[in-house]
Amino acid sequence: MTLTLSRPRERARSRRSFVTRRNVPYLLIVPALAGFLVFKAYPILAAMYISLTTGAGAARTFVGLDNYVRLVNDPLFWTALWNTGLILVVQVPIMLFLALLLALGLNSASVRLRGLWRLGVFMPSLTGLVAYGVMFSVILRKDAGLLNWLLSFFGVTPIDWLGSPFWARISIVIALTWHYTGYNAVIYLAGLQSISKDLYEAAMVDGAGPVRRFWSITVPQLRPILALTVVLSTIGTLQLFDEPLVLTGGGPDNSTLTISLYLYLNGFRYFDFGYAAAIAYALTLIVAAFGIAQMRLQKT
Amino acid sequence: MKGWTLTFVLAVVFGLCVGPFYWLAMAATHANADIFSWPPKFYPGDQLMANTAKLEESIGLVTVLGNTLYVAVVQTAGAIVVSLLAGYAFAKFTFKGRNLLFVLLLSTLVIPSGVTIIPIFEMMNDIGLIDSYPALILPSLSVPFGIFLTRQSLLAIPDELLDAARIDGAGELRVLWRVVVPVMRPVLAALAVFLFLGAWNDFLWPLIAMRTPEMYTLPVALASLLGLAQTDFGQIMVGTAISSLPMMILFLILQRQFISGLLAGATKG
Repeated sequence: MTLTLSRPRERARSRRSFVTRRNVPYLLIVPALAGFLVFKAYPILAAMYISLTTGAGAARTFVGLDNYVRLVNDPLFWTALWNTGLILVVQVPIMLFLALLLALGLNSASVRLRGLWRLGVFMPSLTGLVAYGVMFSVILRKDAGLLNWLLSFFGVTPIDWLGSPFWARISIVIALTWHYTGYNAVIYLAGLQSISKDLYEAAMVDGAGPVRRFWSITVPQLRPILALTVVLSTIGTLQLFDEPLVLTGGGPDNSTLTISLYLYLNGFRYFDFGYAAAIAYALTLIVAAFGIAQMRLQKT
Repeated sequence: MKGWTLTFVLAVVFGLCVGPFYWLAMAATHANADIFSWPPKFYPGDQLMANTAKLEESIGLVTVLGNTLYVAVVQTAGAIVVSLLAGYAFAKFTFKGRNLLFVLLLSTLVIPSGVTIIPIFEMMNDIGLIDSYPALILPSLSVPFGIFLTRQSLLAIPDELLDAARIDGAGELRVLWRVVVPVMRPVLAALAVFLFLGAWNDFLWPLIAMRTPEMYTLPVALASLLGLAQTDFGQIMVGTAISSLPMMILFLILQRQFISGLLAGATKG
């Protein structure tokens, strides 16, 4: 008995000569750490340096804070900031409100085929950028577009969605809402399902109606998840890029130019790396400021 | 009665969400001239083969699909291994600097990708990797979300299970392969689906990093068609439908894993 037990143990020990219990955690994190250092830590620091230079390669020269001074005086940057803020303020509340309604509907026991509806509303959030861009450029066409076709049943004359500054912004809001409402609804749904049924039963015994139950039980219980989606959506919208890139290219008349799109245009259209890096750092600061502010607000 | 009203509202929302995908599939079977006729066509046509043949001619569909699959598979497999190893270390070992390292790795999630993309482009350019697949794959191997997800799931595995294997004489790698991996299989499958779809759909970085059309991935090849003066939407619709297929199939088969993966990322993050 002891003999048969000791044999595999010895074999294993000899193999263990290199990988030991002590050094094994370090060996395990080497690949992740290498990736982190080369493709995250170094680029983050390098971008800081690049933002203080102009030109590229051998022609790169140190110019101090010139790029940041230029940024503050650049009307297009302020336009991009304004557009991003405007879309954020309009779109995030609408989307999260719709997502909550949708989650309540999906959570209702009286609804049939709940699994099917849940499956469908989640699908848009999985669409790849190019497929999404192709679909929406077609949906939003003025002539024979799907949205104008739907609206024609309500007597609406065809709208030039991507052709005017006002409607182009609305188009971005519609596309964003289509893309992410279901995703947020599924998150809320999980939150709703984790609320204890006892709470509702106790409230019903006490004579609370459905509206009262919603405000006094559902909202407070869901608060951490609501807060999380507000932060995630805010950070995501501040970095808004995909929709203007594939739908409007920032136009017409820069009405849908966002900070991230301006960053991309400067970096990879005009190859002005120094200025693009400065925009990237400005964006990081804005995102960090919003993140910290929202976490502070939610704690109070 | 109330239940039926609500069901109807949800069905309408479902239609708004899924309708565009359905219309896309139908448009792929019509000729360019018919796609934008009024009213929109919600029935199949007979041009699917012709559109596909045109797409093969213009972008080399078969080659491009092979490229995309190759990049997505290698990237997913690599990122899974890296995530599992690191997640295991963070969950089941105590070592110097563990918490600091974990927070550092995760903190990069809040840095906008616009910050790192220019230095990575310059780095790849300097070492001559631009226009090669390593340029696409290497930067995506260390995925903070993957490390986080594997760590969270591994925390739920009791240490006794691992210790039992060690007492039986198993070395550390054997414990990992024989005990940890089997238990983690559902989580790794969910992570793989997420990573695969991310790589399959990735657009911006491949657009910047790749130059040779024969080496393009599907999204970049499709985008190159969109810029043309004579845009033929028949073939673009076929390409778009094909690029959406893996997402649909994987999602329909694995919807439970999808949603649990999403929730792990969202509610604990």
